[in-house]
Amino acid sequence: MDSPLIPEGVKRCSPKVFFFWTLPWIGLLLWGGVAAVLCLWKGLNQTNMSNIFAFALWIVFDLGLIALGAGAFFTGFLTYIIGRKELKNIINAAVIIGFICYSGAVAMLGIDIGQPIRGWFIFWHANIHSMLVEVSFCITCYLGVLAVEFIPIILENRKIQEVKELRLFGHNLHEIMAVFAATGTFLSFFHQGSLGGMFGVMYARPFAARGGFYIWPWTFFLFILSAIAVGPCFTILCTRLTEAISRKKLVPDNAIQLLAKISAWLLSAYMVLKILDTLVWMYGSVPREGLTFMDFFRQGPYGVWMLVVEIIICGIIPAIILMIPNARKQQGWLITASLLACTGIVLNRFMFIIVTLAIPVMPFGRFWSYLPTWQEWGLSLAIIGYGILLFSLAYRYLPVFPKESELNPALETRAT
Amino acid sequence: MMEEQHDHGHRFGMVIDLDKCTGCGTCMVACAAENNVSVRPDESDKQRSITWMQLFKITNGKEFPDTEVSYFPRPCMQCEEDGHGGHHPTCVSVCVATATRVDPNTGIVSQIYTRCIGCRYCQAACPYHARYFNWWDGYFPKGKGLEKYLSPEVSPRMRGVVEKCTFCHHRYMRAKTQAYAEDRRELEEGEYVTACTEACPAQAITFGDLNNPEHKVSQLAKSPYAFRLLERINTKPKVYYLSTRDWVRKMADNYLPGEFKRVKKVTG
Amino acid sequence: MTPFSFEWQWNVEYFIFFGFLYLALTVVGCGLVFAGIKTALQLMGFMRERHF
Repeated sequence: MDSPLIPEGVKRCSPKVFFFWTLPWIGLLLWGGVAAVLCLWKGLNQTNMSNIFAFALWIVFDLGLIALGAGAFFTGFLTYIIGRKELKNIINAAVIIGFICYSGAVAMLGIDIGQPIRGWFIFWHANIHSMLVEVSFCITCYLGVLAVEFIPIILENRKIQEVKELRLFGHNLHEIMAVFAATGTFLSFFHQGSLGGMFGVMYARPFAARGGFYIWPWTFFLFILSAIAVGPCFTILCTRLTEAISRKKLVPDNAIQLLAKISAWLLSAYMVLKILDTLVWMYGSVPREGLTFMDFFRQGPYGVWMLVVEIIICGIIPAIILMIPNARKQQGWLITASLLACTGIVLNRFMFIIVTLAIPVMPFGRFWSYLPTWQEWGLSLAIIGYGILLFSLAYRYLPVFPKESELNPALETRAT
Repeated sequence: MMEEQHDHGHRFGMVIDLDKCTGCGTCMVACAAENNVSVRPDESDKQRSITWMQLFKITNGKEFPDTEVSYFPRPCMQCEEDGHGGHHPTCVSVCVATATRVDPNTGIVSQIYTRCIGCRYCQAACPYHARYFNWWDGYFPKGKGLEKYLSPEVSPRMRGVVEKCTFCHHRYMRAKTQAYAEDRRELEEGEYVTACTEACPAQAITFGDLNNPEHKVSQLAKSPYAFRLLERINTKPKVYYLSTRDWVRKMADNYLPGEFKRVKKVTG
Repeated sequence: MTPFSFEWQWNVEYFIFFGFLYLALTVVGCGLVFAGIKTALQLMGFMRERHF
């Protein structure tokens, strides 16, 4: 029924099967839609956020999504600026994943702030000393860049290509993609860093505060490094998942292996610096505030085990796995390492957001804990549903994976 | 434009004598009544209550009969900035929409409710939990009597914005207007005091200009028994506390074993 | 946001922040305009279409 829209030389499932595939994701979107309407109509009391947990699940999701979506700009940097041509077979997927992550994060932020209609004040009344202003500007601009990078992919749809104006425009945009990739890299460097800077500058919260270089706390650099280390892992995971669901190979091994190798080196470098930063903080800044490391974990549900999991299980171990070439080449180890690395990064963001707020700062304060409401889960999971839906539509109707027909010759001979 | 008149302006501050504070909570009630603070039918969720002035209860942790109890009234600390763009109060430097700033003439950290977008970054940054978010719309239903305590001098806040203690800035405006009408430029001590200062039955709160050496508050702030909450974090609060009790002073900051210095006996 | 807005201050911090911001926006804008003009020229026959 929709075969004229499907790219040439590839096979897709029937429209009926595709429709049923989209149903659970539409369901998630509806759940999120209801949650969003409730929050806009009745206020943020619909969540379990409080004066203690000013930032909660949504901010964790935002930061996690943006960190995982770093694969887009980094792969673009490697492809168009460094010139690694093998990555051209995965760059489209990376851009779409990035677009999903960033648009989802921005949508969630629109509901998260108390006065969404005033959101533009961040730009109009910007306080340039605030890290969050830096984040907002760069994320908004970068979302624009991602849209510009996504447009040529959309314009490559078979039917749209028949319109000469759109075909030409898409081609011309594609020719200068390096310009957008470079701008995207520049913008991403700053917002990934500023997201870390946001927490590092809170000099009144010893758990999060870090010393640094000039106005940039060490968390600024650690967040950038962790994002570019793990972004490619997320791209690999999404690609492998698509391959598993579509039951065909979509990306040549050299692209995946290159991303995995680069990720291995960056993740290892990140772990060295992260451990160093943690030690300097534990034995330097924390005692200077009259606290000990264990003071942060005296009570409450968030224990030292989280730091151990973040650094060892989800940091050092995936770094080691990815560094070993034979392990990288094995599907099982590659997926495991990528999953662990992605979990580690989300855990890192969680620690800086939720655990920072849970810890009392005043000596007579108490530890708090937090569990999200169904509205919060709804909006967060809706982003995942939106992502899967958008990626599915892109995979079905757009030539996301250039090498797909070449890698699946037998399957595609029957294609319409 | 931003030539800060830091050293020539006032620095309004507070000294709260914890040895006098009985924990009655009148300061909390007076503050809420004075500043149109909304209360909801169900205030049991203390994590979302709005209490510009909040009373904390602390104990020395000892068993009976050595148990001692004290109360910590905590308004907004009105943290200091250096006036040269270097050090800012932690909430001011993080506000995305420039909705909060230190007034260089009074030292009070102000909040523009109509500009605040409710991102709550300032709430995360403030170590004193002095900032409160409006999780609900204001609740002032007609006919239940709540509207009777509304003051026309204080803007009510809408849902989704952050609010905090303003050292009753409207009273400062009122006192200045009065002084201007009487052809004066300077305020006398006691002409401008906050609602909590005025209401405290034990007169535990002293309020005035820390920059003015004649004001009682600046003399009390120099007492060896004076201390501030979390001094080591370097927020430079303008709210001082007084207590002759060591354990109370020790509770105001984090000390590693052996770091706390007792006050040597003061004569006179 | 712009030199005409209330919060604007003529100091180096503002210059750096907004300088970089407007530079990034200008580059992206120029890229889009360039692609647009090239497309228009190709459609009007003044430029030949390059085939991949």
